Amino acid sequence: MSNIEKSVVIIGGGPAGLAAAVELSKKGIEDILIIEREKTLGGILRQCIHDGFGLTRFGETLSGPEYAERFIEEVNKRNIQVITETTVISVTEDKVVTAASKNGLLTWKAKAVILTMGCRERTRGALGIPGERPAGVFTAGVAQAYINLHNTMVGKEVIILGSGDIGMIMARRMTLEGAKVKAVFEIMPYASGLPRNIEQCLNDYNIPLYLSHTVTKIHGKSRLTGVSVSEVDENLRPISGSEKEYTCDTLILSVGLIPENELSLTAGVELDQRTKGAIVDENFKTSTEGIFAAGNVLHVHDLVDFVSLEAENLADAVAVYLQEKSLPACTIGITTSAEIGYTVPQYVSGKKDFNLSMRLRKPLKNISIDIMQDGEVIKSLKLKKAIPAEMIKILINHKLLKSQNNLEVLVKC
Amino acid sequence: MLKDYFCIICPNGCEITAETENGEILSLSGAKCKRGNEYVKQELIDPRRSIATSVLLLDGELPLVSVRVTNTIPKDQIFQVMEEIKKINLQAPVFSGQVAIENVLGLGSDVIVTKNVARKNV
Repeated sequence: MSNIEKSVVIIGGGPAGLAAAVELSKKGIEDILIIEREKTLGGILRQCIHDGFGLTRFGETLSGPEYAERFIEEVNKRNIQVITETTVISVTEDKVVTAASKNGLLTWKAKAVILTMGCRERTRGALGIPGERPAGVFTAGVAQAYINLHNTMVGKEVIILGSGDIGMIMARRMTLEGAKVKAVFEIMPYASGLPRNIEQCLNDYNIPLYLSHTVTKIHGKSRLTGVSVSEVDENLRPISGSEKEYTCDTLILSVGLIPENELSLTAGVELDQRTKGAIVDENFKTSTEGIFAAGNVLHVHDLVDFVSLEAENLADAVAVYLQEKSLPACTIGITTSAEIGYTVPQYVSGKKDFNLSMRLRKPLKNISIDIMQDGEVIKSLKLKKAIPAEMIKILINHKLLKSQNNLEVLVKC
Repeated sequence: MLKDYFCIICPNGCEITAETENGEILSLSGAKCKRGNEYVKQELIDPRRSIATSVLLLDGELPLVSVRVTNTIPKDQIFQVMEEIKKINLQAPVFSGQVAIENVLGLGSDVIVTKNVARKNV
């Protein structure tokens, strides 16, 4: 089988892939291919019909499909090649991309591969909730696809486990479609989604949010008939005697997203156990030469606007990589104190400004996030309040770095 | 009287404290931008929201097409607007920005299509 040569193959036509493609084209790169497994471009935005997208990027509030359309139009205008209904099944270390399509197996050999596969949802299996295995248990994104794309209502009496943003948005969506959403239960002592969604998706519709509660049993033979819910202690263990029964025909899970990196592994890309995404440098280059990653496949973002921005930063670096055949070595590592879940990138060169993205492990008030090198604070960000639901981004001017020694990110309370 | 609000205008979600007396605002604090204060003022007199939903599509590649209101509508009329939207259907192809209902219920807001959906090939 002969390989078709390409400058850049982009795997996934969601917000990250689209933004990367447009930006590469703007930088004069030709011969780009976007491979998308669905029928149309747009990724998860196709089903995110609520508004609130684009405030940072376009200064106006758009629905998901409208936000995607702005990039799709640009992709079309620039005649960027797109192949849909085609699933990539492997990427090799020498950048051979193999995909399954209706026309059989297709292969390409690329100078650079961009991984923009997004993320997937955690499921009931990952939580190990005891009980029966009836129909009526859905992840929030699956319920969203049924309702917003397939015109299929998932149920009438709903309980939601997990306070992720998609779960809260589906609480509102199902209420608008006539379902009774009884409650949202969150195992942590704080919500995992954004405050504005608690306000406009739950409070507006009088849907209670119970913190430090979890579903401890699922009932029902063929269809879900109810769930048992318990309060949990500080170690997140159910408190005996606190169990209550709720009748419902639907349980929606909004319990976290995991970067989708099965393909990255076939290319030998090293993953970060904290983000579950690739370890990258300031150019979004992974541990495999010529393979780059950005967006939710790299780390789960709070806002699509930041996904687009990150993918554009990636594309700028890929354009340099293609034109100059290499990128500066990045050997300065970044370590963090215990309050911080992770940082992206994990390595920098010290020769280029970079955006350091991070998330806190728990909500904190009146903190200072200090970036240290050689025992000195080189940059500091003070925050009145910070929550894990929000990604923190700090732009760091490379001139602040005085050596090639590692950076340390510390939180001072 | 002191009351806390979470601003829903942008993802910052500012926590704004309003000090009021007989519905009059004495002071506002916590907003990072002036839109936050405007949001709280609006919340006190006439809370408004945006909504997004879908309408049935005839002969489309998808059975539904997404729609939204172009301006916020009174919070207590969300379900009436939903009823109006449920009454209609559209014929494919449809285009993003196309008006599905003009000035819904006389509220000064149009319902517009937010997605391009082609006609189904038969």
